[in-house]
Amino acid sequence: MQTEKMTGSRIVIETLIEQGVTDVFGYPGGQVLNIYDELYKASDRINHVLTAHEQGASHAADGYSRVTGKVGVVIATSGPGATNLVTGIATAMLDSIPMVAITGNVPTTLIGKDSFQEINITGVTLPITKHNYFVSDVNELADTIREAFQIAKSGRPGPVLIDIPKDVQVAECEFEFKGLVPATKQPEAPDCDIDKAVELINKAKRPYIYIGGGAAGAGMTADVEALAEKLDGYIGCTFMGLSAIPNSYERFLGMQGMHGQFASSMANKEADLIIGVGVRFSDRATGNTAKYSKNAKIIQLDTDLSEINKNVKVELGLIGDIVSSLKRILERCEAKTNPEWREIVEGFKAKGKSISDEAERRSKGAMTPKKIFDIINEIKDADTVIATDVGQHQMWAAQYTDFEKPRRFASSGGLGTMGYGLGAAIGAQIASGDKTILITGDGSFGMNLNELATAVSYNTPVIIVVMNNGVLGMVRQWQTLFYGKRYSNTVLDRKTDFVKLSEAFGAKAERVATLDEFRAAFKNAMEHDGPYLIDTLIDMDEFVLPMLPPGGSIDDIITTKEAKV
Amino acid sequence: MRSVIAVYVENKYGVLTRVSGLFMRRGFNIDSLTVGETDDPKFSRITITLNGDDYAREQLINQLKKLHNIKQVKLLESGSSVERELMLIKVANTAETRSEIMAAVEIYRAKIIDYTTAALCIEVTGEPSKINAFIEVLKPLGIIEMCRTGVVALERGGSIMEK
Repeated sequence: MQTEKMTGSRIVIETLIEQGVTDVFGYPGGQVLNIYDELYKASDRINHVLTAHEQGASHAADGYSRVTGKVGVVIATSGPGATNLVTGIATAMLDSIPMVAITGNVPTTLIGKDSFQEINITGVTLPITKHNYFVSDVNELADTIREAFQIAKSGRPGPVLIDIPKDVQVAECEFEFKGLVPATKQPEAPDCDIDKAVELINKAKRPYIYIGGGAAGAGMTADVEALAEKLDGYIGCTFMGLSAIPNSYERFLGMQGMHGQFASSMANKEADLIIGVGVRFSDRATGNTAKYSKNAKIIQLDTDLSEINKNVKVELGLIGDIVSSLKRILERCEAKTNPEWREIVEGFKAKGKSISDEAERRSKGAMTPKKIFDIINEIKDADTVIATDVGQHQMWAAQYTDFEKPRRFASSGGLGTMGYGLGAAIGAQIASGDKTILITGDGSFGMNLNELATAVSYNTPVIIVVMNNGVLGMVRQWQTLFYGKRYSNTVLDRKTDFVKLSEAFGAKAERVATLDEFRAAFKNAMEHDGPYLIDTLIDMDEFVLPMLPPGGSIDDIITTKEAKV
Repeated sequence: MRSVIAVYVENKYGVLTRVSGLFMRRGFNIDSLTVGETDDPKFSRITITLNGDDYAREQLINQLKKLHNIKQVKLLESGSSVERELMLIKVANTAETRSEIMAAVEIYRAKIIDYTTAALCIEVTGEPSKINAFIEVLKPLGIIEMCRTGVVALERGGSIMEK
């Protein structure tokens, strides 16, 4: 047993390295000085990325995790440093992203006295972490960090916060070197339940496999495709399931729901069996749950038992390791042919295409989002990572991006965090080493554009496509449809010159107003080694279509801007 | 519908906050929550009574099971478990009401634990329905203040709830 006496702050670094961490994101401050001192000494073994703001660091750790599946790590000081992590931690929580956040705090003798930069961050983050710790004894520090990593990555992943007061960082104890702690093996769904599932599946004539973040995170691409082949069925996904199945796969219908594809939403509605894999039947994906898929029997595969029957009532819940459940189903179910179902769904595909063609034809702007994405898809390669902020541009990215490989998409789904994208893109790029494209809007980008400084400092090859329409487009779309065109506070009309701004940060930038200009700029950006912003001027009245109104269903689909609701 | 749920937890930092925070976050309405150490000081036992439908009960149990410091969650069926609650209740001590109070104390097998010329303090234990009935009896006699512990419950017979 190899042990060594060391300080708490050194234990933090040694335990991170022991748990396989190679990169951390963060921002120093008074109560993490000791940890940063140890980072300095260990800089040949662990890379620290300094962001412009702790929120950016938290999103970077999140983006890092989304493209690698590794636990993202972020470090911040006490008080405001810690509270600046809150949005990033909540984003990771809602999307089940494994993350460990380490915060310093005032010495234990000053805790509870409203000391300078003291905040009870374990209390603040209680509802937005999978678990959190306040470490009051240096002897418990190493095992606490190990346990935090294990919790973050086991079962349904999520963020874990560890708050370490300064005196615990300074105190010394014996540190025992241990190995990487693996994720806890999840229980497997009982065989009798798998048999029940197979029985339901064998009877189905219209099977629809509905995958979410759980399936994407568990790397189930091959098994999901194999099941679709064997059942002669189709696959649709939630927003969080995007990029798990290549868009080119003919049985893949794309994202369903509020801004989803017509074909997947219709297939979901007309299916006689829905196999939900790592999905939580969120309101954005299902619409009105009272009207949701009344004709179908639902089988739900999830490792989190509280998700079964939470949002929709299911016929059968397979609680346990979803990879094992799906593999066992795949082995036992009968191979089928469903020509009738294929004909119906091919009809939905054709109808969906005509709906989007019609919407595209009615678009007045020359630079329609679809045409912009056509160019991006043509030029990007299979490894290119797409990150987004939140709003119309995000939904266009979800609808139009041709994903070719898993883990190539970083976007805030559950929380819908505007300002997520730039930090996440930087984290994703550093993690993957691949070209990363941030699709953003002028509203979202304005929230955390300070991270341009980070991208410039590290010369991170992130292409920032600002779909600039001068308005908060998604809110404007709702105001157009549901609020009598009263555009309350959504016309930004800011005088910010994103090109000059980028140049001031030290990044390359261009402004484009035509598709040809966009194509040329995008090629330049792909060849450039470093951050590159393309200020892309689009029409303020572009819509994200189709749209299912909130609380509605596929029967209420809005397909054109002119539609009355 | 009323349910009684027993929860076996590690005695760790913030565990009670985690449990009670969950009720707020998920919008559960609970009637009572009691907590105390077990024979092993590393663990505590929480008893929760909840008024809600099957959906609320199932969600509460499943969400509790996800909390890291929680070792076991069990629904206690009313037929196969015993429940008790303790109440301290203070009533005005007057010549006109004293004998009636004493009679009620006798019948409900309660105990007078403090006596002054101004007030009587009474201790009573039993199932919540008995406590409620006792309160109704004392109401017209002048309740000054009262305090209930909430329900504690154990399964009948030899079955145990372990970590």
